[in-house]
Amino acid sequence: MSHLSLSITRQRPLDPPDEVSGLRQRGAMHRMTFADGHLGWLVTGYTAARAVLAHPHFSNRPDLMHPLLPNRMQLAERGKFPVPRGFFLRMDPPDHTRYRRLLTGQFTVRRMKTLEPRIAEIADACLDEMEAAGGPLDLVESFALPIPSLVICELLGVPYEDRAQFQADSEILINLETEAEEALAAVGRISAYLYGLIRRKREEPADDLLSGLVEGGELDDEELTGVGFLLLVAGHETTANMLGLGTYALLTNPDQFAAMRDDPSVVDNGVEELLRYLSIIHLGPVRTALEDVEIEGALIKAGETVAVHLPVANRDPERFPGGERLDVARPAGGHLSFGHGIHQCLGQQLARAEMRIAYPALLRRLPGLRLAVSPEEVPMRSDMSIYGVHRLPVTW
Amino acid sequence: MKIKADTSVCIGAGMCALTAPEVFDQSEEDGTVVLLQESPPETLEDASRRAVTLCPSGALSLE
Ligand code: HEM
Ligand code: SF4
Repeated sequence: MSHLSLSITRQRPLDPPDEVSGLRQRGAMHRMTFADGHLGWLVTGYTAARAVLAHPHFSNRPDLMHPLLPNRMQLAERGKFPVPRGFFLRMDPPDHTRYRRLLTGQFTVRRMKTLEPRIAEIADACLDEMEAAGGPLDLVESFALPIPSLVICELLGVPYEDRAQFQADSEILINLETEAEEALAAVGRISAYLYGLIRRKREEPADDLLSGLVEGGELDDEELTGVGFLLLVAGHETTANMLGLGTYALLTNPDQFAAMRDDPSVVDNGVEELLRYLSIIHLGPVRTALEDVEIEGALIKAGETVAVHLPVANRDPERFPGGERLDVARPAGGHLSFGHGIHQCLGQQLARAEMRIAYPALLRRLPGLRLAVSPEEVPMRSDMSIYGVHRLPVTW
Repeated sequence: MKIKADTSVCIGAGMCALTAPEVFDQSEEDGTVVLLQESPPETLEDASRRAVTLCPSGALSLE
């Protein structure tokens, strides 16, 4: 009997592949062949997805994981794509716990509130420049990327002027076509850069997160490099793609655009709905069972790899009726776009603050915003592990 | 309604403080949950219950 393999081709840019959505009728747990021939699982149901991500018997260690896509196979074959020390996303407790605990105090709801005035200032400055330049222009380059990029650089204490290299390298890392050698080289370059930066902070600490960790004295320079790496890459590409793709979604759903622009009370929930509907982490998270686990009647054996399909789980009709539609007024809380369980996004309150400020600032300053090309001409990031738009030509 | 919070499993994701700020805060030091009131008034019960379901780590429970 032949088993399913993962389809990544979308028929419509904002909907997950029909083949994957269609699986829902056959349950929440599906046998699926991974790129190296391993027979693992694909999860498409909301409750099952939460159960897998919260279960202590599932590991996030890359050396246990079978590759989801063929192009990543070279990485897995080598079995040596090293987890940099400090890169706690790919660790299990207690290592994961140790690093995460050192950071959570810096990303609390309250701490993120204190950043709001600065985020608003940055968004306004981007809009000033856009108005001065006049349309058409690329919204990714002028708005969606610079806001989160400048915010995370200032928070961490990474000079924004140095961004060209590490932005290019993080694009290499999230490109699904990247070969092993190329990926390792990019990891090496970002690490070398951050290692140098941390050495400088040890000599001349400033008022920023990385200096604070240096002075805290719990992590050595190599661990700090891994932590900085994770925060810098995760803090950049994610919110940037939410802002780019979210604006595209609003521009192609004019009633939703108007609701987000005209009713301030809609914004907070509208951001959650955009997170749910767009599910930009579109290929994973992936976990491997350390012991046999039963999830919704399916027995997952120790050693089997499980891929959770967030876009489809986030449209589970039992949890989000009518979830195929974007509706900024629907109660969207409880979506899985930031994951679930112990790895649930550390930066989510920062991402929320950025989006809750940036979307209304954009829509109110440029109420007549529109695409400068036809929707079909907007290049989608189907080739990247974080979904979004490569460019978004707009005018007003 | 009585809420219990287990800070040893809390991962500081902040869903509780976002959902029911009158009931939950996060420690300045390590971001873990701080229970502001163990037995919230009825007006806050819905929000508290929502926060308990949203908590990603299973740190919160109801008695
Ligand atoms: C809208 C924007 C964002 C989305 C959709 C998002 C999504 C996610 C998801 C799904 C995970 C869990 C991965 C897994 O379980 O394997 C995660 C983890 C993480 N995210 Fe985000 N993220 C966003 C923004 C940010 C920002 C701004 C930061 C900046 C600091 C950040 C830092 C992290 C870190 C450090 C982790 C690892 C947490 C852990 O392993 O304990 N993210 N994110
Ligand atoms: S939601 Fe749960 S994990 Fe997050 S801070 Fe509150 S108690 Fe901790």
